[in-house]
Amino acid sequence: MRLGWQSCEACALLSRPVPGADEGRCPRCGEELAFRKHRSIERTWAFVIAAAVCYVPANLLPVMVTTTAAGSAPDTIMEGVILLWSPTGWPLSLIVLFASIMIPSAKIVALIYLLVTVQRGSVANNTQRVRLYRTVELIGRWSMVDVFVDTFTAALVQLQPLMAVEPGPGLFFFAAVVVLTMLAVESFDPRLIWDAAPANEVAHA
Amino acid sequence: MTAPHTSSSEPAYNTPSADLELVACPHCDLVQRLPALAPGEAARCPRCDKELWRRREDSLERTQALTLAAAILYVVANTVPMLGLSAVGHHASTTLYGGARHLWETGQEVVAVLVLFTAVVAPALQIGFLLAVVLAARRPRPAHWVATLLRHQPKTATWSMIEVMILGVLVALIKIADYASVIAGLALFALGGLVVLLAVMQAAFDPREVWIRVAWADEAARAATAPDAALEATP
Repeated sequence: MRLGWQSCEACALLSRPVPGADEGRCPRCGEELAFRKHRSIERTWAFVIAAAVCYVPANLLPVMVTTTAAGSAPDTIMEGVILLWSPTGWPLSLIVLFASIMIPSAKIVALIYLLVTVQRGSVANNTQRVRLYRTVELIGRWSMVDVFVDTFTAALVQLQPLMAVEPGPGLFFFAAVVVLTMLAVESFDPRLIWDAAPANEVAHA
Repeated sequence: MTAPHTSSSEPAYNTPSADLELVACPHCDLVQRLPALAPGEAARCPRCDKELWRRREDSLERTQALTLAAAILYVVANTVPMLGLSAVGHHASTTLYGGARHLWETGQEVVAVLVLFTAVVAPALQIGFLLAVVLAARRPRPAHWVATLLRHQPKTATWSMIEVMILGVLVALIKIADYASVIAGLALFALGGLVVLLAVMQAAFDPREVWIRVAWADEAARAATAPDAALEATP
């Protein structure tokens, strides 16, 4: 940024905007370019806050409702984890616990930490912070696992009148948390982590 | 100073760096020159350790073979039953598409669209875009639409979640196995193979090999760079 180059996110070409402009298009691939992602901080905050709001009903409302002759039994995500816990089923129970409860909450906390440190102009732990960002980017998709579990359980267990499984209202909020946190990761510009560093030692594009 | 007038509302094209080996790290913006690499070698950012480029051996040929194989498995995975269930005289079976349709029918339209997109549409785009790119890149100067597909291909890969879906299906199978006997359909094995193929296909592909030859959006700007030097550096 300090050298006046814009780097294309899609094709990696370095180019300069026409004099006086602060945005342009990549001459090679046509992507719209800016020095930093547009309104990165505001957009990431918006997605993170929306995800945090959806996180509450996602965990309190049932994601699955099992109807048998004895009546209806709604299950939240946590109840699903407990239900899976058995002498043979515990590894799966741990997978669901990790993917559905720990990853989404850890993602929200990690993104808030990145946003706050960037806004405060922190110059410490840059390498660790960019690694944290990459980890969040890499593992975030695995939270979708519970959406697929509930989808296929409901599609398959249709043994009327004995037993039927239907998706519950919590599923929408849970899927929203996954999508919103993925969009938050996409909106965050990791280069902002380095912008607060003193300009002396290295050249920025 | 004002920007030169352009006919559309879109911003004007930038002026490219004459040195095509000069890049800025996407994660920390450090400006650096890409070194010449032997196949299999990778260049990493010295400051933040982001992998900037990994040169692949025989990238286009291998990607083409893997993409074709993935396309075949994709068709199998989406046409034959994935899961079957039988209990007390009832039989049921479902496909990938059937799972999404059931969600739609039970009032979960948004989640149904998400499942359909991440498990069916995005993988199809991921395979289709890459196949079109590697086929078109056999020509010495691929047309500009190749650049457009290549630009969007990583986004389709982000939202293509077959590997996550397989894990979800396995968990569902084990849950159901407590009270009904489940049958793993042919599609499940095809999907298992597809997960591996998609990962290998994406890893075999070196986008830089296409970027240095593709037709530019602003062809006049291309002449100002040294594309032939870049071509020689990466035969």
